[in-house]
Order: sequence, then structure tokens, then C-alpha cells
Amino acid sequence: MIEGILIGLKTALTLQNILMVMAGCFFGTIIGMLPGLGPMTAIALMIPITYGFDPATGLILMAGVYYGAVFGGSTSSILLNAPGVPGTVATSFDGYPMAQQGKAGKALAIAAWSSFAGGTLSAIYLLFMAPSLSKVSLSFRSPDYFALMILGLTAIAAFSSKGQFLKAMMMVVLGLMLASVGQDSLSDITRFTFNNMNLTDGISFVLVVMATFAMSEALTIILKRNDPTSAAKQVSLTELGSIKINKEERTKMYKTIPRSSVIGFLIGVLPGAGATIASFLAYGMERNIVNDEEKEKFGKGSVNGLSAPETANNAACSGSFVPMLTLGIPGSGTTAVMLGALLGFGVQPGPRLYMTNPEIFWSIIMSMYIGMVILLILNLPLIPYIARILAVPKNYLIPLILFFSITGIYVMSFNNFDIYLMIGIAVVATFMRLYDFPMPPLILAFVLGGLMEENLRRSLLLSNGSWEFLWDRTLTACILLTTILIVVWHIYKTMFKKTKG
Amino acid sequence: MNINTTKVISLLFFTFSAFYLYTAYQIQVFAFDENAPFNARTFPIYLGYAGLFFSGLKIILPDPNTIKVQHKTLEYKKTAILVVIAIIYGATILKVGYFLTTSLFLLSSYYFLGERRWVLMFLLSFPFVAAFMYLLHGVLDIYLRDPFLQSIGVMG
Repeated sequence: MIEGILIGLKTALTLQNILMVMAGCFFGTIIGMLPGLGPMTAIALMIPITYGFDPATGLILMAGVYYGAVFGGSTSSILLNAPGVPGTVATSFDGYPMAQQGKAGKALAIAAWSSFAGGTLSAIYLLFMAPSLSKVSLSFRSPDYFALMILGLTAIAAFSSKGQFLKAMMMVVLGLMLASVGQDSLSDITRFTFNNMNLTDGISFVLVVMATFAMSEALTIILKRNDPTSAAKQVSLTELGSIKINKEERTKMYKTIPRSSVIGFLIGVLPGAGATIASFLAYGMERNIVNDEEKEKFGKGSVNGLSAPETANNAACSGSFVPMLTLGIPGSGTTAVMLGALLGFGVQPGPRLYMTNPEIFWSIIMSMYIGMVILLILNLPLIPYIARILAVPKNYLIPLILFFSITGIYVMSFNNFDIYLMIGIAVVATFMRLYDFPMPPLILAFVLGGLMEENLRRSLLLSNGSWEFLWDRTLTACILLTTILIVVWHIYKTMFKKTKG
Repeated sequence: MNINTTKVISLLFFTFSAFYLYTAYQIQVFAFDENAPFNARTFPIYLGYAGLFFSGLKIILPDPNTIKVQHKTLEYKKTAILVVIAIIYGATILKVGYFLTTSLFLLSSYYFLGERRWVLMFLLSFPFVAAFMYLLHGVLDIYLRDPFLQSIGVMG
């Protein structure tokens, strides 16, 4: 391993590769900040450029873009409540309220440090655990994935907001229903399209996330303009606040970061799971672990609530490299794009990559450390400038949010129908937000819908239509048991509090 | 009589789930797939029942956290105008082109939200869109259809 590290350092520390990481991080941050343009788009745009370099340099550039875009996505989540990347949806839960309280600078600093710590820690885990973790990820079968998704959805519904479990479950079902629109992945049979060709490919994730977060947020601000409570919030939004993190906040982060980085990394290793589930699970776990006083702050600008998903999503980014590099199975959509680029270079990822191209494997791991340091150096001093976006008056900011959202959809499909659909979903979402129907469960369900159906299909076909697969394997049973415990614990706590009241 | 709006929304969701379930049963599957343990309609059918179950529970069970919305303080008019402007923007963007429609969308949105600083409004519409368009079209190589700019010879 020492030999591998030295090979990696030798490759990653060349001037060209350091410049590539820097350029990648900067470019990624800018692209990630624009709602609608996430890491996948950023990396896809990089592919033609990387073909001019050797595979290690090309992959280092793409890895830099990846981290940068995830951090950039967090910035738009915190400042605009417009997460263009699914992995940063959970960041907006506490990051945006913190920005509304005039602590935007602090929220961005917490996000930057948490991302740095999460990414660095997971790069260390990757270094030591990559070979054994590839074996663990191989042992996951369809029933386990299905159970894991049920756990993720139940956790987000249970922890989304106090006393809203049923509303959150309704939103979960609605998200899954929206995901079922379009062609069935196996048989190509169209479902719920009502003979409309525009719906054949289904509804795009970016469209749903833009409509339910960015657009409905903008409409809600206008709708509640005369509301005295929200008016106060809007005034404080123009204050940046200090980027300094005090001792109490640091103490909270010291506890949150290690556990969130572990969960983020482990979830990232599982093929298909990725940063989104990792950030939601880390958020849910953190909310469950902290004391009652801190728990009350979740969703209202909690330091733990912001640090946990930020750490986990960056840790998952590193984790998702494990199945890609060791098994040739992408851990996320973004690594799937990178896998395509690797194949374009003529490099076949898999267990033999260690032996055939050690410089690629180790230089990527080494460049992760360098990338994290560069991201921090690049982003912390820029926070006051990035956060200037908050000083833009609402009369300008709202149309600009709408403009970014519509442009994000337009450049993806060049189709009017998608714009109408987005406006329609945004209007419904605005109305539902008025009555406290939470949007995050809908988003997570929408992201997981296709995967969930796929894994249920495989499980049911393998078990010949029997539901015994749910308890046949110990791992599946354990995950489902955890789900049941979360639900029972949540109901028990609600009932206990009511009785107390 | 006070009607709990959350219950009304749940009732609407119940109806929607029933319609979804009905449509799920209507999905045409291949003859050989009809009796398979899993086909294109299996998952949607489960979802339909799940929707009925959760919304049904919400309707039946008492609601301790009733949400009261102060409709009098809400700005329905401005919100509706903004939605209409966005729809017009969506309807014209392909025919007229990105530059002009986006600039006019921004300009009219600023105006209807109460802004009257014309110089700033102009700077944050036409030149801003031009710069953004250059970033997308010129730098990132994302093609943006623009019949208006093509007609005046600015775009090839």
C-alpha cells in the first residue's frame, strides 16, 4: 500500500495535475451553484476536454469538478433554497433557515468545513478500506437494496417535521407516483402518459426539484410578502453575518462530522445509493442522536442539521469511487458518467485495476486530499463574495430564481411542455407548502422510485412472487427491523409527548 | 362550519390515488407478462393502495396540528401575475428566442413586483441575459435556439 501511495503522490503532485484539480474545483463550484446544472452536467461537459490528457490527469480533473459541483450545489441550497443536486437537498433544510436568520456566511463556512472534513476523512477510509469494502458491496442483493430504500424513505418521513408523519408519507407516495410516469424500464410499456409524447421519457428530476424547491420557494415569498412573520425573515436575509464559527458550534461539528462521514462513506460505497441517501440518512440519524433541545432546532437552522448532510454527501462522493474503481459498477449517476469516460480512455475498471493501472487508482485517491484542501482554500475566502447574492432585493431575486429554474429546464429539453409542467408542479407545491406538507420526502421518493421498482421486481421474480424475500436474508431483515423500530419509536414518542401534554 | 383544509387536501389526494389506481389497472401489459409475479402495473398498483391508505388515515384520524392560513395577508394577485408571465415566457421562448423572451420576462417581473428603477431593471435584464447566454452558448457550448437573434444577424 505504501508503494501505491507513493505512486499516487508522484502522479497527483505534478504541476499539471495540481492545476487540473484547481481548475476542476473552481469550474465545478461555479457550475454547481447554477440551479439545474449539477455535477453530472459539469463532468459530461469536461469529457471532451479530458480526452486531450492522459487517463490519470483526465480523471483527476473530473474528480475536482465533482467535488466542486457538490460544494457549489450546497451554496445554492443555502442561499436560494434551490438545490440543483439531489445530494444537497438535505443541506437546505437547515442551511436556508440559517441564511434567513442573517447567518448566511456562517452557514457557508460550516458547509465548507464539513465538506472538507467529510471528504478528507472518507479519502482516508477509502485508502484503507477500499479492497474489503468492495467485497461488502458485492454482498448486497436486490432485497437488501429494496429494504434500504424503504428505510431511507421512512426515515425522512419520520424525521421531516414534527407531527407530520402521515403528511410526509403522502408526499413519499406522491413522489413515487411521479417517478412511475413514463416508460417502464424493462418492458418499455408507457404508463400514465395519457398518450402525451412529452411524458414518454418520464418527468426529469431537475424539473421536479426546481418546481418544488426553487420555484415554489420564490412563489411562497411573494405570496407571504405581507405576512408580518415572513417580512421579518426577508429583512434579515440581506445580512451576511460573520463567517467565524464559535467554540460551541465547533464542538457540535466535532461530534457530527466523524459519524456522518462514516455513514456517508458506507452508503456511497453501495452501488446506486450515492450522496442523496447518505445525506438524508445522516440528517435523520443526527436528528435522532442529539438531545431534545438541539432536536427542536432541526429545520430552523441547526448546526448539526447542516453539518451532517454536508459531511455525508462529500464522504459519499469518495465512497462512490470504490465500486467504480474496484468493481466497475458506478456508485452514483455521476460516477457512471466518469466510468464512461474511463472506458473511453481504454481503461477497464475492476478488481484488476490495482495491477494494470496502479497510477490511476492511487493518483485519484491522492488527488482527493489535494482537491479537498484546494476546495477549502478556494471557497472560504470567496464566501463573502458568493453570499453577496443575498443582498439582491427580493424584487430582483425572485424573478432571477424563476429565470434560473426555467433556464435549467429549457436547456435540458428545449421543450415548452416541460416549462408548463414545472410551473404546474410549482403552483401545487406552493399551495401544499402553505399547509405544511413537506417537500423533501417527495424529492427523495422521486429519486428512488425507479431503483425501488427495479429492486422489487428482481426480488419478486427471484422469489417467484413470494414476499418471503423480506425476511429470508438476515441483512434484509435487519434493515427492515430498523425501519420498523424507527416508525414505532416515532409513534411512541409522539404519543408519549401527547400524554404528557 | 369550519372546514379543515388539510383534510380537504387529504380527500383530494385520496381521490387522486383512486384515479391513479384505476389507471394502474388499465396499463396494458404483454400477454406473457399478464400472470408474471411482477409486470409494468405491479408497482403502480401498490402505490395506488399506499396512497389510499395514508390519505385515508389522514382523513379519519384527528388532526392535532391544524394549520391556519391567514388568507387575507396573502398576495394572491401578484403571485398569479408572476405565474401568468412565466407561462407566457414558456409559450414564446421557442418561437421568439431565448434572448428577447428571457429579457422581457425579467423586465416585466421586476415591474409587476413593484420595481421602478429603470436603469437597474434594464441592466439586470438585457445585458445580464446576453452575458448569461454567452456563458451557456459561447463558453459551455450549450446550443440555445434564438430565431430573433438569427433574424437580425447576431447569431449564425
